Amino acid sequence: MRDLQKAGPARRVRSRGSGPRWAMRQAVRFAVSLAALLVASFAMIHLIPGDPVRASLGPAAPIELVQARTAALGLDRPIPEQFLTYVGNVLSGNFGTSFLSGEPVGEIVAGRLPNTLALALLATVVALLVAVPLGMGAAVRTENGRNRGTEYAFTTVTGTAVAVPEFLYSIALVTVFAIGLGAFPPAGKAGAASYVLPVLALAIGPIAMIARISRAETLRELGSDYVRLARAKRLPAARLYLRHVLPNTLTATLTLGGLLLSALIAGSVLVEYVFAWPGLGLKIVESITQKDYPVAQGVILVYGAIVLVVNLAVDLALAALDPTSKIREA
Amino acid sequence: MKPRLPRTPAAVAGAALVAAMVVLAVIGPPIWGATAERIDAAAILQGTSTAHPLGTDSLGRDLLARVLVAGRFSLALALAATLIGGLAGIVLGALPSVLPGRAARLITGAVNALVAFPGLLLAMFTAVVSGLGARGAVLGIGVAIAPGFARLTQTLAATVAGSDYVSAARMLGVSRRRVLTGHVLPNIAEPLILQLTQSLGGALLGLAGMSFLGLGVQPPSFDWGRLLFDGFARIYVTPEVALGPAAAIALAGIGFNLLGDAMAKAAARTAPAGKKRTAAVPPDPGEPDPGAVLEVRGLSVAFPGGATPVRELSLTIAPGEIVGLVGESGSGKSLTAAAIGGLVPYPGTVGYGRLLLGGRDVATLSGKELGTALAMVFQDPMASLNPALRVGGQLAEVAIVHQGAGRAEANRRAVDRLGHVHLPDPAATARQHPHELSGGMRQRAVIAMGLMATPRLIIADEPTTALDVTVQRQILRLLREVTEETGAAALFISHDIAVVGGLCDRVMVMYAGRVVEELPVARLAAEAAHPYTRALIASLPDMDTDRDRPLASIPGRQPAPSDVGPGCAFADRCALATARCAAERPPLISYGEAGRVACWEVK
Amino acid sequence: MIIEDLTVRFGAFTAVDRVTLEIPPGRIVGLVGESGSGKSSLARAVSGLVPYTGRIDGAHNVQMVFQDPYASLDPRMTVGDSVAEGVRGRRDRAGRRAEVDRLLGLVSLPADLAGRYPRELSGGQRQRVAVARALGAAPDLLVADEITSALDVSVQGAVLNLVRSLRDELGLSMLFISHNLAVVRYVSDVVAVMHQGRVVEAGPTGQVVGEPAHDYTRALLEAVPRLTGGLRE
Repeated sequence: MRDLQKAGPARRVRSRGSGPRWAMRQAVRFAVSLAALLVASFAMIHLIPGDPVRASLGPAAPIELVQARTAALGLDRPIPEQFLTYVGNVLSGNFGTSFLSGEPVGEIVAGRLPNTLALALLATVVALLVAVPLGMGAAVRTENGRNRGTEYAFTTVTGTAVAVPEFLYSIALVTVFAIGLGAFPPAGKAGAASYVLPVLALAIGPIAMIARISRAETLRELGSDYVRLARAKRLPAARLYLRHVLPNTLTATLTLGGLLLSALIAGSVLVEYVFAWPGLGLKIVESITQKDYPVAQGVILVYGAIVLVVNLAVDLALAALDPTSKIREA
Repeated sequence: MKPRLPRTPAAVAGAALVAAMVVLAVIGPPIWGATAERIDAAAILQGTSTAHPLGTDSLGRDLLARVLVAGRFSLALALAATLIGGLAGIVLGALPSVLPGRAARLITGAVNALVAFPGLLLAMFTAVVSGLGARGAVLGIGVAIAPGFARLTQTLAATVAGSDYVSAARMLGVSRRRVLTGHVLPNIAEPLILQLTQSLGGALLGLAGMSFLGLGVQPPSFDWGRLLFDGFARIYVTPEVALGPAAAIALAGIGFNLLGDAMAKAAARTAPAGKKRTAAVPPDPGEPDPGAVLEVRGLSVAFPGGATPVRELSLTIAPGEIVGLVGESGSGKSLTAAAIGGLVPYPGTVGYGRLLLGGRDVATLSGKELGTALAMVFQDPMASLNPALRVGGQLAEVAIVHQGAGRAEANRRAVDRLGHVHLPDPAATARQHPHELSGGMRQRAVIAMGLMATPRLIIADEPTTALDVTVQRQILRLLREVTEETGAAALFISHDIAVVGGLCDRVMVMYAGRVVEELPVARLAAEAAHPYTRALIASLPDMDTDRDRPLASIPGRQPAPSDVGPGCAFADRCALATARCAAERPPLISYGEAGRVACWEVK
Repeated sequence: MIIEDLTVRFGAFTAVDRVTLEIPPGRIVGLVGESGSGKSSLARAVSGLVPYTGRIDGAHNVQMVFQDPYASLDPRMTVGDSVAEGVRGRRDRAGRRAEVDRLLGLVSLPADLAGRYPRELSGGQRQRVAVARALGAAPDLLVADEITSALDVSVQGAVLNLVRSLRDELGLSMLFISHNLAVVRYVSDVVAVMHQGRVVEAGPTGQVVGEPAHDYTRALLEAVPRLTGGLRE
C-alpha cells in the first residue's frame, strides 16, 4: 500500500501529456516494458540456483527422469534458442506445462484469473466508494484546522488502519465472523456470501490510505482561488463540493484507483491464501513452495502483463478526462 | 532548527511502541530463549492455559516465549531488508545525475517502470530466484523497497540540482564534489532518513507476509510471520495461538507508522496556532451615510493568539467610485477585502461597528443577495477559474443558482457578459476551458463573472499583479469602465502605489493593520502628508524620477500587528519620530480636503 | 563585453532569437520585456546556465543574482558560508572570514549576519547576501534577473540604490533585467527592449525612453503605471 503514496504524484505529472507524440511514447514504453517482462520471466528459471528440474523432482529422482524432463522442457538447448522458443510459445498462447500435474499453465491461469480479478475489482470499487467521500467529508470538516478533534481522530484511525497488513485483517475476520459467529463461509468460493470477508480484508487498508490522500487533495482544492471565488458567489455548499471540488480531485482518485487495482490483483496473494480462494495468488504460492517452476513463471508473467495493461489504461483514461489534453478533441 | 516530534498521543504511542520493540529485541532472546526452545512432549498443541498463556506448538514449546524471542529476528530481518533496499535505491536514484544522458534515461525509465509494479510481485520473483528462506525473503523485500527509494532520491536530487543556489554555486566555480557534499547531500538527507524509518515498518510487514506464506523464514528458525503460519494452521481448533504473532506484527506495524507520520509532520511543520482568542471591540459607529454603497466602520479582524491584522478600519465608497487600498505585504489589506467579502478563513474572527452594503447590514443579507451584489477578482487568474469546468458554465452558474435562470438563458447571458468585457469571440470563449485562455483573458472572464448579476460592490485584490504591464493597463481600463457603467463601488487592493494612483479616485494607505492616511488621488503625488506615504512614493522610481539622485529607502521592516506597541507603528522607521510617537498612537483625523491622516508631526 | 547572434532553443521553441548586444565596461545595460520575451533565457545563457549558439566575448567570469531570494540561498548553509563559496584563492580561515566581512560591508550588511541562516533574514537582506556572494568571485559582469520583483516596495528602493552604487564605486558592468520599465530606466545607462525573443530596440536610456523608435517600446512606455492619472477619463 505504501507504494501507492510514493507513486501517486509523480505518475500524475507523467500522465499530463497529450498529442500523438505522447501516445507514441506511451506505446513505446508499453512495448519495452512488456519485452522486459518477457526477458525477466524467461530468466527466472535460469537464475534459480542449481538445476530447477532436479530441485523440483527431488534428490531421489533417477537421473534418467531428470534428463528426460530437462530435454522435454528444452532446457538442454542453447539459451538464445530457448528464449526464442519461449517467446514464440508465449505469443501463441502456450505458457508451458506444470511439473506436477501436467496441466497446461495457460489453462490453470485461465481458470483462476477470473476469481482473482473479481476479488480485486470489487475491493477497488468498495475502497473508492467508501474512501473518497470519507476523505472529502473529513477535509470539509477540518479545513483550516477547525475541529481539531475530528482531524486528530481521522489521522490516528487511518494511520493505524493503514499499518495493519491485509493478512491480519483476513485472519481476524475469519476468526470472528466465520469461525466465531458462523456468519460467513471461512474459506473457498461459493456464492455471494463467500466474497464478503475477502473483499473486506483487501479493502480496509486501501480505504484508510485513499481517504488520507483524498482529504489532502480536497484540502488543497479548498484553499484555491476558484473556491474562494465560488464562496464569494455564495454557491450552495453541495454545489461547491460536488461540482467544483470533486472533479478536480478526480485525476488523483483515478490514478489511485488504477494503481490500487493493479496492486490488489497481485496483492491479493495473502488474502487468497487465508481464505483458500481459488485464484492466481494461491496458485503462485503453491507453485513456489512445491517448486513447480513453469506455473510460477506463467503466473508471474500474467501478473506483470496485467499490471502493465492496467497502468496503460489508467494513463489513457486520465488523458481522455483531463481538459488540458488534446487527445479529447481528436 | 532540528524538528521536534509533536507531543500528540499518537506520536507518543508510536515512539513508545517502537522503543518497546527495540527493548524486546535486545532483552528477548537472553531472557526467554531457553523457554522458547524447551520441548515438552506432555504439552503438545495446547490452547491457552495458566502455564502457557498463548498455548504451545507441535513440540510443546511455549508460544508466548517464542513470540517474545522472535522479535529480535523479525526486526533484524526488516532492518537488513530496509538497508539493502535503501542503499540500492539511493545508488540507483543518484546514478542518473552522474551518468551520461542515455544511460541516465535508461535507469530513470527502469525505475519508473518498477515503481508501478506491486512490491509483493517483485519480492516473490526475487524470492523464487534466490531460493526459499530468510535470505531470499530479505532480498525480495529489499528489491521491493528499492524502486521507491530510487524515485525519491531522483526527485530530491533533481529538485536540489535545479535550485538557484546550486546554479549560483556552479557559476562561482564550486567543484562538483563540493556541490554534492555541501548542497545536495545535506538537503536530501533528512527526507531520505525519514523514508528509511517509514520503510522499516513496511519491510517488517512484508517479511511477516512472506514468512506467513511459507516463502520466508524456514524452520527451525522462526520470526513472527513463521509463528503466524504455524498458528494459522490451527485456527479452527485453537484460534488463540495465532493471537500472539498477529498482535506483535500489528503493533510493530502501527508503531512504525505512527512514528513515521509524526516525524514527517515535524519535518513539515509550521508554527502551531495558539489558543487565546481576543474579541474585537467595535467602537461607536455614528450615523450611517445614506449615499454610500459600502460603508465600513471600525472593522477588525482577529486571530487566536492575540494577532489582530486589521484594526478599526473605516471606509466609505460611493456609487461609481474606486477606492484604492495600498500597503506592503502584511499590512492587512487583503484581509480587509476578505472581511468585507465575508471570506476570512477560520479561525479568524471579524468584528465591526457597521458593515453596510447598499444600506443594509451584510449579516442580514441572504446568500442569494450577497452572491449577486458582490463581485470579486483575485490576483492569480490561473487559479481563479475552476480548471475542470468550461468558462461559460462557470459564469452561468450564478444566474442559475441565484436568479433562477434556465440553462439556455444563463448561457446566453454568459456569452453576452463575456462580450461585454471585450473578449473577441465570446461564444467560443464560453465553450473553452480556462487553460485555453491567456492570463489577461481569464481575468476578463472573472470580471465578466462578477457582472452576471448586478454587482453593487467589486472587490479586486491585486488583480493585475500577475499580469504583464500592457495587459495590466487593459484590465485597469476595463475595471474603470465597468464601475462607471454599473454604478458599482469598487475596492481596489494593490501593493503598487503607482497603479493605485493611476486608477483610483481615492487612496487609503495601510500600515501594520491600520489606515495611516486617506486622500483624493489628485493630491497623492504632491500633497501626501504621512511620512510613510511620502516614503512609499519616493522609494518607487517612475518615468520622471531624477536618475542622478538615490531613491528614498525606508530602514527596518514593518512590524507584525501583534508587535506594535502603544505608539505609532511606523515610529521606528520614521525620520520625524519623537518621544510622543513611540508612546501614544496618533488618531486618524481630518486633514486637508477630504483627507485623513494619523500622524503627530503633520500640522 | 559583446553578445553576438545569441540564440537559445528549447526543443522546437526559440526563446532567444539571434540577439546582439553590447555591454560597455562599467555600465549598466537594462533589459526590459514582458513574460515570455526571452529575457530570462538570455540571462541564463550569458551566465552559462543554459546552452546557446552564438558568441559571448569579453566576459570570462559572469555571476548572476536570481529573482527569488528565498530560493537562491541554501537553507542549510549560514550566510557566511554561502558568501564564502565565491571567495577564491584565500585558503586560510581568517582571510576568508575577513573577505566575507568586506563583501557584506559592500552590500551594507553588518558582519555579524555571517553566522545567521537565510530564514532569519528579510527578503531584502537575502538579496543583498546573494549580491555579496556574486561579488566574491570578482565578476567581469553581474547579471541581475528581476532582483527586486519579489521584494516589498519599501525595500526595493534600497536595492536599486545598491545596484547603482556598485557601478559607481566598483565600476561593475551589469546586465539588469526587469519587466518594470521605470525601474530599468532609473538604474540603466543603456536600455534594450526585448519582445518575442528579439531585441527590438536598444540605445542610451534617455533616447529609448524619450524618443522610442519601435512600436512595442511605445506600447510599453504607454503602459507604465503613473501616479498621476492616466485611466480616469
